[in-house]
Amino acid sequence: MVTSTTPKLDRRPSRSQDREPRRLGFGQRLGRWDVKLSPYLYISPFFILFAIVGMFPLLYTAWVSMHQWHLIGGQGEFVGMENFLHVLQQPPFWKALRNTFSIFLLSSVPQVLLAITIAAVLDANLRAKTFWRMGVLLPFVVAPVAVSLIFGKLFADQSGLINAVLGGIGIEPIRWHADVLASHVAISSMVNFRWIGYNTLIFLAAMQAVPRELYEAAILDGAGRLRQFFSVTVPMLRPTIIFVVVTSTIGGLQIFDEPRLFDQFGLGGGDRQWMTVTMYLYEIGWGSQKSFGRAAAVAWILFIIILVIGLINFSITRRIASDSAPKSRKKQKR
Amino acid sequence: MSAPSIPVIQQTAGRGAARAAASRRKSKGAGSDRRPGWVTYAILTLVILISAYPLYFAFLLATSDSGTIAQNPVPSLIPRGEFFTNVERVLSADIHFWKALWNSVIVSTVTAVSVVFFSTLAGYSFAKLRFKGRGPLLVFVVATTAVPTQLGIVPLFIVMSELGWTGKLIAVIVPGMVTAFGVFWMTQYLEGALPYELIEAARVDGASMIRTFWHVALPAARPAAAMLGLFSFVGSWTNFFWPFIVLGPSNPTLPVAVQLLQATYFKDMSLIMAGVTLSVIPLVIVFIFAGRQLVAGIMQGAVKG
Repeated sequence: MVTSTTPKLDRRPSRSQDREPRRLGFGQRLGRWDVKLSPYLYISPFFILFAIVGMFPLLYTAWVSMHQWHLIGGQGEFVGMENFLHVLQQPPFWKALRNTFSIFLLSSVPQVLLAITIAAVLDANLRAKTFWRMGVLLPFVVAPVAVSLIFGKLFADQSGLINAVLGGIGIEPIRWHADVLASHVAISSMVNFRWIGYNTLIFLAAMQAVPRELYEAAILDGAGRLRQFFSVTVPMLRPTIIFVVVTSTIGGLQIFDEPRLFDQFGLGGGDRQWMTVTMYLYEIGWGSQKSFGRAAAVAWILFIIILVIGLINFSITRRIASDSAPKSRKKQKR
Repeated sequence: MSAPSIPVIQQTAGRGAARAAASRRKSKGAGSDRRPGWVTYAILTLVILISAYPLYFAFLLATSDSGTIAQNPVPSLIPRGEFFTNVERVLSADIHFWKALWNSVIVSTVTAVSVVFFSTLAGYSFAKLRFKGRGPLLVFVVATTAVPTQLGIVPLFIVMSELGWTGKLIAVIVPGMVTAFGVFWMTQYLEGALPYELIEAARVDGASMIRTFWHVALPAARPAAAMLGLFSFVGSWTNFFWPFIVLGPSNPTLPVAVQLLQATYFKDMSLIMAGVTLSVIPLVIVFIFAGRQLVAGIMQGAVKG
């Protein structure tokens, strides 16, 4: 996908200089080095920085996870897999894992479905296009911290707006902070609020790139709007769907800001009913235990989970998107 | 306030281009180019109301006093008069509000400028220069977007303490100075937007590589760079987890300060919401001025990616 867009180019901007047979002066030699080294020099900031703040920490996490390591005291004894075993034996870890998955599913599934639906609506030939698009994107610029505080109040158990509205139509107030599932729904709604608009625009952009001829053909074949959407739009959007699902997985499984700020204590509720794995990691590393070794073990476990889920996601999304569109794919091949 | 002047020029250019594209689409006679009916607008209006209401809700609470808030959970849609009192209370609260605002401005600006510069540099190299290992290196860059760097925070924190950077802004700025997304984004853009002829012409005129980059590639990259810069700005402005861990309460960024407000004054909802409103206003203003660019940028990027 990446390299295919690179144009095949045989010309070199400066080949004529390279080939010069006569002895080179200092300035020219400098010029040659300039041409040869510059590309590497230009890409090096990324690679150096990624090595220092991306790759190295991830590998070093493995090293830290096999030691006793205190926040202030620093490196201690080598303990092998002990930290991992310890973490895996903690009930709060499993609870955190369950919460993470529950919140992740409650946020990413509606997020993708709603985003693709709103994008389909926006894909029409609207008046004041930019206005609608900007309006949809507005929540994206609001910091998750702000979103959490606002939603924390909206979903307050006693004096919350949502419960007041529910009461107005005769529904018992929901214990948004006390019940497990309810708290997950509330937290997911924050995530959805912030990301649906963003993903909508990503989908919309991809939709606009779908050749209009495909729709014309579908219309000629007698397809209604819904049929067009499922048989033309969705299959053509496959790469984008994969992209959105994968990025929302990576983000969703690391969720921290929203649940952390759902109440003022930041511990995930009295019974840890909405504590996520990243919150657990923070608590172990910077909370009472101050054990970086165990926190690193949690990080590494989460990393493996994210990798596995990412791969599963990838293959499922791929299959769904290609299954629903046998016709249009055949057309493309012919 | 000189920054918005650039987007304004491009906005009109972009609008023209969009119109041209629209009319081109129309001339093809696709059936779906009819103007949609009122149902579409009704749905979109609902979506936008849902998008905007929570922000307005925060503002409403920020204009009330705490007593009123506790009594009626459904605020009237008309703001009350206590906003400035509450704002004053936020500013005098022990959360270093002005410092946090300033820190956020510094962090986001430096990050955005740096991301744009280094990403354009790398993107130019990947898109237009020939060198050994280019393909695999670019694939590597794209692959790193899937690495959840947030999970490396424990060692990253260790590194920052070793360097003595904990509590300092540099600890937040440096990790965000160039991103894989940015590099990929600029590569994609420059591939299409920068003709080889321009580069060659500059080279023939005797410009060094870096001069060519500065005077040819950088200007050509401007629309994509504006969008990338805005994106990075928003990204680092709204970032919470890492600044929260590495900065500490005495030298916060805005999200960290707002969080402190909740931790300290959790019973005083009007104070907290005034803080939230204050923290939201700067970015919403940026968004109103530059949002068109952001939207256009996203549209452009996903088409190419």
